[in-house]
Amino acid sequence: MKSKVRKVGEVTVVDLAGKITIGAGDVVLRDTIRELVDKGDRKILLNLGEVNYMDSSGVGELVAAYTSVANRGGHLKLLNVTKKIQDLLQITQLLTVFETFDKEAEALASYRS
Amino acid sequence: MSSARSRGEQKVVELSIRSRFELLDLVHNAASAVLREAGFDDDARFWLTVAIREAVNNAIKHGNRLDARKLVRVRFEVGREELKVWVRDRGRGFEPNRLPSPLEADNLLKGGGRGVYFMRKFMDKVRYVCRSSGCNEVCMIKRLPRAGKGPEKEEKR
Repeated sequence: MKSKVRKVGEVTVVDLAGKITIGAGDVVLRDTIRELVDKGDRKILLNLGEVNYMDSSGVGELVAAYTSVANRGGHLKLLNVTKKIQDLLQITQLLTVFETFDKEAEALASYRS
Repeated sequence: MSSARSRGEQKVVELSIRSRFELLDLVHNAASAVLREAGFDDDARFWLTVAIREAVNNAIKHGNRLDARKLVRVRFEVGREELKVWVRDRGRGFEPNRLPSPLEADNLLKGGGRGVYFMRKFMDKVRYVCRSSGCNEVCMIKRLPRAGKGPEKEEKR
């Protein structure tokens, strides 16, 4: 799994690509979020548009990222959640937890409201 | 290590891996090939490989406790009506019925605890082989798409 971090105004967008699975992608995601949180980023948008596979560890890591940011008063939201990943979040009832967006502009605007 | 053979109308593919997460993709690829051969489409293969990966994850992590010297055996049996996937580790086993539901409010934001839930969700049946020390082998069963009547159960997606 690859991650690329970019700043759009006050929002940190993390473009993820590949698989988020145990022992590989989950570690990349964990390290990326930890680094961002440690340097004070509190508005984080995870772009999952290129994430094509996820296991329970990947789902767990998304939850850990969400709570890590929320516990510091921030907001972690999801962008471009593919159908399969959306289904995984649906059956784990996590779609009620995450705020998700299909368009980046709308996601960015949501941090201003 | 892997082997494949036909027994009557049943096709059997078996492989054993050391307890390392890097080898999960190998199991995934083997599973995907078996599932394709068994007639499962892309969509079904996605969900079934998730379930199979979860079983092997658990065997590596909780069963063999990441001890790379210990093997995990994965066995695929494709019969006339159903696919059976057996995953066995060398651990002391656990009590599957004591697992808390990941959907309970207190567990919703926990980082773990969803693996067995995925296995049960995406397979038709999940059975554990239990010995005096606990359950260290799981058998997951999925009806073949071409078997019997009607499409696959949508809710098991």
